[in-house]
Amino acid sequence: MIVMWIGLLYIFAQIPTTVVATTDSLSLSPPTNLKAIDTPNDRGESITLRWNLPEDLSSIEGYQIFRKSKEEALHLAGYAPMNKTEYTDELNIENNVEYQYQIRSLSPEGFVSKFSELSPPVVAYPQWFKKNEVNILIMVLIYLGLIVYFILIARKGKEIFLRRIPGLDALEEAVGRATEMGKPILYVPGIWPMDEIGTIAAMNILKPVSKKVAQYESRIIVPCIDPIVMNVAQQTVKEGFTEAGRPDRYNQDDVFFLTSAQFAYAAGVNGIMVREKPATNLFLGVFFAESLLLAETGNATGAIQIAGTDRVPQLPFFVAACDYCIMGEELYAASAYLSEDPRLVSSIKAQDWGKMAILISLFLGSILAIFGLRFILSWFSAG
Amino acid sequence: MRRKLPLIIAFGIGFAMLIQYFIPHPRSEAFYNVIVQQWFIIIFAFMYIFALRSFFMHHITKVKKKKEGYIFSAVAMVSVLFMLLSGLITSRGPFFDSLYNYMIAPLQGTMFSLLAFFIASAAFRAFRARNVQATLLLVTATVVMIGRVPIGDYLWKGMPALVEWVMTIPSMAAMRGIRIGVGLGAVATAMKIILGIERSYMGGE
Repeated sequence: MIVMWIGLLYIFAQIPTTVVATTDSLSLSPPTNLKAIDTPNDRGESITLRWNLPEDLSSIEGYQIFRKSKEEALHLAGYAPMNKTEYTDELNIENNVEYQYQIRSLSPEGFVSKFSELSPPVVAYPQWFKKNEVNILIMVLIYLGLIVYFILIARKGKEIFLRRIPGLDALEEAVGRATEMGKPILYVPGIWPMDEIGTIAAMNILKPVSKKVAQYESRIIVPCIDPIVMNVAQQTVKEGFTEAGRPDRYNQDDVFFLTSAQFAYAAGVNGIMVREKPATNLFLGVFFAESLLLAETGNATGAIQIAGTDRVPQLPFFVAACDYCIMGEELYAASAYLSEDPRLVSSIKAQDWGKMAILISLFLGSILAIFGLRFILSWFSAG
Repeated sequence: MRRKLPLIIAFGIGFAMLIQYFIPHPRSEAFYNVIVQQWFIIIFAFMYIFALRSFFMHHITKVKKKKEGYIFSAVAMVSVLFMLLSGLITSRGPFFDSLYNYMIAPLQGTMFSLLAFFIASAAFRAFRARNVQATLLLVTATVVMIGRVPIGDYLWKGMPALVEWVMTIPSMAAMRGIRIGVGLGAVATAMKIILGIERSYMGGE
């Protein structure tokens, strides 16, 4: 009996201790200084909340965010983890409706604090300008100004130096070789649709290439993966042949739609290479995993290969398997380089100035960062 | 007018899309959706008619003239028609899905898997130490290849760290250099098209 009473006393002695140790709603404090603002630089339908953290975070797991409006009573609208001081509410927010928020802390055991003060009413509305990307706009305008400036200089007849690009210089030799051998030239314009700048660059190069082909009275084969690209390629090749004074040699069936599947396209082009044995293969445009499948097959057939892409991961494959490689921006410059149109060439000068500006910024930014001055980073960060 | 109209459209749409990027308003988004999604789908659908015409003309000519490999042309045409009909008749049901999952997908996978052998043959040629640059490439590639597999760590504990350094410092620096050039080149090309200086993509000057 005595033992039982001692046991009961022991249990009762434990109870207050347990209650004190457990977090309850009284020991939790809510975040303070809750502010709600319309999320800036967005399409509306979003409100951003900010708050100060409670002093004691030891027993807090996160925060419950409550919202109310004229149409809806106070209800749970979101949750933020313990160390967060910001939350963006995008859950069924309507533009031009007043919302108010309250926030409370939540412990791992499920206890909650009292509510914070009610935030002042806030209204979400769509913006007409992304103020946070004004730096991008300024840079685009400066760059546009540079391009226009160099075009005007070119119009005055000032000669602009252009470094030699071996891959493009080799085009004439490659077309000539195909003519001598009596074999066609294969032009692969990549596997991406017409809305990709790399594909547009490929079409820009196709024009002078097809003109050369017509002048040499050779034949060009252009298998296409995209219907729109096929139509543009047909018009481009036709125009090239017409400009060379040989519209009669243009064969529409040589610029054709092969397939729209990536690896089926690779298989089809490889088949053309093996059967037709073109003397020259030109891979210019946007390429992905099929790049090496194409370039290696072309290499095995003994063709002269010139490749160019703006997809950096594919460049090593082309370098390994092709005779000449046009790298990155050279693909965009190719049209100007081949046409020698002063207005087009002048834009390359603007590109060089742009690169120079970035190089100077990188150098200055690195020096300033060493001394703890990081403001230059904000000039180049978007959003 | 035949030349000017496409230029006017390219200028108008190009400039509008440039401005659209800086406007987050829903009306701006709606404009983008109409131009990029709806118009593009309509144009693409019509262009597919031309594409199919081109496809059949090309292969019919090959079969008629019995050119080398004309049997593949016949197979290609039959396959297209079979897929088309099975999709139309079964409303893209289980049979159509089976054709895709058990014929097209494995064929594409097979083609992709060939890449491993092609990489080996290309690497063999690229890694021949013909000059200083090629030797440098050979040494770096060997270090990276060994460092990426467990034996690298077994041979020398510092190997993974060395590989990480090669990938994140010199390799990344070179890639970023090219990417900066690509970015500037892309903007310049876009500007030339919007301003009507670059017209080769339209077929003529």
